[in-house]
Amino acid sequence: MEWKLVEGRPIWIQLYEQLVYAIVSGRYPCGSRFPSVRELASQAQVNPNTMQRALSQLDAAGLTYTQRTDGRTVTENQTVIEIARRTLAKEEIFRYLNGMKNLGYEKAQAVAMLEEELAHEG
Amino acid sequence: MKDEIILACKDLTKRFGAICALDNMELQLKKGRIVGLLGPNGSGKTTLIKLINGLLYPDEGHIWIDGVEPGVFTKSIVSYLPDKMYFADWMKVKDLLEFFEDFYLDFDKNRAMEMIRALSIDPELKMKSLSKGTKEKVQLVLVMSRKAKLYLLDEPIAGVDPAARDFILHTVLTNYDPGSTVLISTHLISDVERILDEVVFIKQGKNILHDSVDRIRETTNKSVDVLFREMFSMIPKVQDGFVRPGDLRSAPEQEGSRPHLENETQNTYREEENQ
Repeated sequence: MEWKLVEGRPIWIQLYEQLVYAIVSGRYPCGSRFPSVRELASQAQVNPNTMQRALSQLDAAGLTYTQRTDGRTVTENQTVIEIARRTLAKEEIFRYLNGMKNLGYEKAQAVAMLEEELAHEG
Repeated sequence: MKDEIILACKDLTKRFGAICALDNMELQLKKGRIVGLLGPNGSGKTTLIKLINGLLYPDEGHIWIDGVEPGVFTKSIVSYLPDKMYFADWMKVKDLLEFFEDFYLDFDKNRAMEMIRALSIDPELKMKSLSKGTKEKVQLVLVMSRKAKLYLLDEPIAGVDPAARDFILHTVLTNYDPGSTVLISTHLISDVERILDEVVFIKQGKNILHDSVDRIRETTNKSVDVLFREMFSMIPKVQDGFVRPGDLRSAPEQEGSRPHLENETQNTYREEENQ
């Protein structure tokens, strides 16, 4: 998994966001075992305590859960994952609309152009 | 256990003639942290590390490592990577492993050998035949193969190529033990920022900021690297570590012009922890 960290934002939040993305995009499927803190920290080349904080946030969001002896597992609850997925989808949509707005297009035009593009892809 | 103090410095002062390298330094580090010791050249980083390590003796103040002042015992729980190579260069890599095994009870020779192999270094080679970067890698392998309580790494990434730098960071992370603390001194902050829990900024021998990396990013919206550049770009006179006697002491007008810096930022970390 590729990790991208930018300046000026807390590292744990960036890790958290990328882990959410990995879960909702199916990289770590429902009910599957999640890699350990150590493994993920070493992969992302970040401090294990920072990774731990990101993982705790996943637990808090209900996307993963920990069992005392068995490490961390991705939730079996599809609804929770779908909600997280929708949230990210909304962000993508806003990003598109915002980009079009900055280029000077009205909302209706942006939608029409999107449909046109989809028709081409057919 | 995690919140126990592994290192405490109180009123720590060290002078070299007229130069005050450490000036009533206060510092407390907890167990299980990776801490960056950041400061410009000549700010006292190496002096502090040598004092903790017992290579220098303080003029005033005290140091406790796991509750004990530096001495024979603390050398058994502190693993030190100096800023210079100190091995005899006629020794072979494998001789050094044996040397360390004799010296330190906590040295894990198998782990060291594994890392040496992973780096494709021939253990039969003599130190003098190795490149500078490879020598530094060997030295780091030796230091990190101890199961110490406190690791002191003085400028481990200065002067190595990016691949070697990644190896060093990787080694620190994979050998990280939740019960031990790693103190890394550097001025190449952007390279190490992501592996650090906390940073300590030192300036003219004083601890001027001690906080967690994420809290700095949260409160300032800046990376530690950017904050560092901003804070230290304002300092005149001390350049390239070349400090003339009296420079540090004879600048009350500089300190007086920016009292907010020390008053506002000092010890923010500890205060929050105490709540």
